[in-house]
Amino acid sequence: MQVTSSVREPLITGGKTLKDVTQDISRHVETKPNMQWLLAFLVSVGALGLGFVALAATLWEGIGMWGLNKTVGWAWDITNFVWWVGIGHAGTLISAVLLLFRQKWRMAINRAAEAMTIFAVICAAMFPVIHMGRPWLGAYWALPLPNTFGSLWVNFNSPLLWDVFAISTYFSVSLVFWYIGLIPDFATIRDRATGIRKTIYGALSFGWDGAAKTWSRYESVALILAGLATPLVLSVHTIVSFDFATSVIPGWHTTIFPPYFVAGAIFSGFAMVLTLMIVTRKVYKLEDYITIGHIELMNIVIIITGSIVGIAYITEFFIAWYSGVAAEQYAFINRMFGPYWWAYWSMMTCNVISPQLFWFKKIRTSIVATFLLSLVVNIGMWFERFVIIVTSLHRDYLPSSWVMFYPTWADVGVYFFTFGLFFTLFFLFAKFFPVINMAEVKSIVKSSSEKVTK
Amino acid sequence: MGHGSTHYNLDQRFDFSAGVKKSIMTVLVIGAVILGAGIVLAMFGGSHDHGGETGAHAFHWYQRLFANLWINNVYFTGIAVIGVFFFAIQYAAQAGWSAPVLRIPLSFGYWLPFAAIMMIGTGLFFLVTHQFFHWTHPELFDPNHPEYDKIIDGKGNFFFWPLAKGSFPIFFIARMVIFFGFWVFFFNKLRSLSYAEDLNGGTEYWRRMRTWSALFLVFFAVSSSVSAWDWVMSIDTHWFSTMFGWYVFASWFVAGLASITLVVVFLKDNGYLPMVNENHIHDLGKFVFAFSVFWTYIWFSQFLLIYYANIPEESVYFVERLQSDVYSPFIIVNLVLNFFLPFLVLMTRDAKRHTIFLKVVCFLIILGHWFDFFLMVQPGTLGHNGGFGLMEIGMLLVYGSVVAYVVLNNLAKQNLVPKNHPMLEESYHHHI
Repeated sequence: MQVTSSVREPLITGGKTLKDVTQDISRHVETKPNMQWLLAFLVSVGALGLGFVALAATLWEGIGMWGLNKTVGWAWDITNFVWWVGIGHAGTLISAVLLLFRQKWRMAINRAAEAMTIFAVICAAMFPVIHMGRPWLGAYWALPLPNTFGSLWVNFNSPLLWDVFAISTYFSVSLVFWYIGLIPDFATIRDRATGIRKTIYGALSFGWDGAAKTWSRYESVALILAGLATPLVLSVHTIVSFDFATSVIPGWHTTIFPPYFVAGAIFSGFAMVLTLMIVTRKVYKLEDYITIGHIELMNIVIIITGSIVGIAYITEFFIAWYSGVAAEQYAFINRMFGPYWWAYWSMMTCNVISPQLFWFKKIRTSIVATFLLSLVVNIGMWFERFVIIVTSLHRDYLPSSWVMFYPTWADVGVYFFTFGLFFTLFFLFAKFFPVINMAEVKSIVKSSSEKVTK
Repeated sequence: MGHGSTHYNLDQRFDFSAGVKKSIMTVLVIGAVILGAGIVLAMFGGSHDHGGETGAHAFHWYQRLFANLWINNVYFTGIAVIGVFFFAIQYAAQAGWSAPVLRIPLSFGYWLPFAAIMMIGTGLFFLVTHQFFHWTHPELFDPNHPEYDKIIDGKGNFFFWPLAKGSFPIFFIARMVIFFGFWVFFFNKLRSLSYAEDLNGGTEYWRRMRTWSALFLVFFAVSSSVSAWDWVMSIDTHWFSTMFGWYVFASWFVAGLASITLVVVFLKDNGYLPMVNENHIHDLGKFVFAFSVFWTYIWFSQFLLIYYANIPEESVYFVERLQSDVYSPFIIVNLVLNFFLPFLVLMTRDAKRHTIFLKVVCFLIILGHWFDFFLMVQPGTLGHNGGFGLMEIGMLLVYGSVVAYVVLNNLAKQNLVPKNHPMLEESYHHHI
């Protein structure tokens, strides 16, 4: 017997029945795409095409198209990589960690968040591959394959290689997790469809029969995958942080990086989930499933992770002073008051100060404020990576080689390309896949909908 | 105040019986005897090195006693404040399953005032007599003195501001007073709200406790890190690690979770908490398992980054421990007790649902994290004069039994279950 305390907010409003859930969510898959969707999709494909010009130029001419120089050998490429990987953390956190913590509110948002995760990881993976210069070779050079090139092996000591393993594992598990969750919903759509659509969704649903035994297996698999995915949520950004922290560069070598990067990743991931879900719920009229309560809880996650990140910033700054290491102290002074002061203070304002506004209930339950702040957080997290990467590199140990970094049109264009890719994939998902996990939401209609708790 | 169809005696209280008291007293006496024996041995047989050297750095037996006091001071302060932290987390996260066990972590907070007296007392003593903390020596801050230390002078303001460096460390002691003051304040606030809820009922208390819990968590987030820098990291005065605050927190948290689980299982075995079944125990076991892995994650991240970069200023910390005949075995003990043991034993579902596994593992984890603090404190204060001997065992037993006495004695004074907690009914039907 499941009991829900009367102090809990309902997770589903509007007195929805099981049939309503199927209807409200399948509807968008079954109807013809509307004008809004078509326009949004075209804009995304346009961005993809426009960005592709920059990508093609980079691949044709080489990495020299980017603004990198001798001192700043990493800039927008790895900033964008870390930014996208970070965003790709929320989905698996919501579906795995929140599953283990039995947070039922995750059910309305996990599907779209996981989809977003997968697309964000794809966008992230683009950058190291492009940076290889010749991705058609690099794609297998990065793997520890026995080869005929003599004794040339990948560098097992390098965290960049660990990244290859960590991210590909994370991607595979997230993809399987997401797809397994989709199977019962594909079956629901199959059962309502006719003709070619029935065949396609039938194939996608792997012959799901909805028997008790099938459900029992489904739940076991979900739990096992959640158990596997939870350490992966931590490991990916931990290893991304190792890319920097294993070095001896002031501002990069700091032991707090692993958990601090993970917190930052969850922070940015939730911000992106909010950005996307606020639009989706409005366009698809899903306000009864993704309620203000859901948005409020996500905002609380933003306050917590934003504050953790804030504590990490202050810790780094304090320890730089406390350490007595002159180079370390200079790195942080340079971040704050050097030529990139504007990037540092943008980061501080967007990531640490602005999320504190969510302490006010009025703000964290306001759709407009949440949407705006989610964009602010996304911007802030981009600046965080830019600050860590570029400001630590541009003034190295040798003052004669101090430079500034200026992005070229190709830097901007490749970043733009990944936006196009991300939104193209997301809009395809939103049209052809059920954006909310119908099967899971149905499991809480009885215990957590408005009728029961109020 | 009906609780649906399920009826338990919610007014049950823990009976701190003469039998339990006697057991605790026995441990206390045994511990005191061992401690006494350790002190006597150290006084008469211990001066085995630094023969002839009578300078400021000669080793005295009481330094080891002080180090032991500090290890247990910091360790049990942590377990006490983690009790309040766990309680606050349950409210802030609107957890339902844990409602019937909440009074147990809450009662850990009763140690906080005693911990405050012990910490501030020993702290002041160390500062005034220039013991224990290397940075308390005034000559380090005097540029004309041969012992002058530029690096420590650079961080002197963290301890001494606004007074002159090398004088009385007012900033350090003020932070200690403020942290304990607020921890006790929040503990008292949460405790009185929880007890008032027993008397008056209603959901208003639950909501107010949510607010107070959130405020406590904000304060704890900052104070736990800073206290780790103050009380532990500053022992190895030159050394620094940005992870250290979270490392100490992780160690405290696992030790606290293991203690909560152990007390719940103990109460359950003695017929208390009838509504707590294997599902609740399973959840506590999962917490112990998960945060043991989390501690290992933090430990390993800090170690790997320092090892990999191999910057002498940082790696000296691990060199002092790994290349020491005294301490290197305890690195293994630390990792075995705090990672391999819980990881392997608590991996299966059954191990987390049968109390025998939890009793063994939680007990060993509490011991294991004591070793963690032993490794943080002794190398920097005692060097090769430290070790794990009678004094360590005795002091741990004395301290542990006194803390157990204070906690259980106060647990017995109120209802064992917060009977008007709005989530109780949910918790009765908790099933995983």
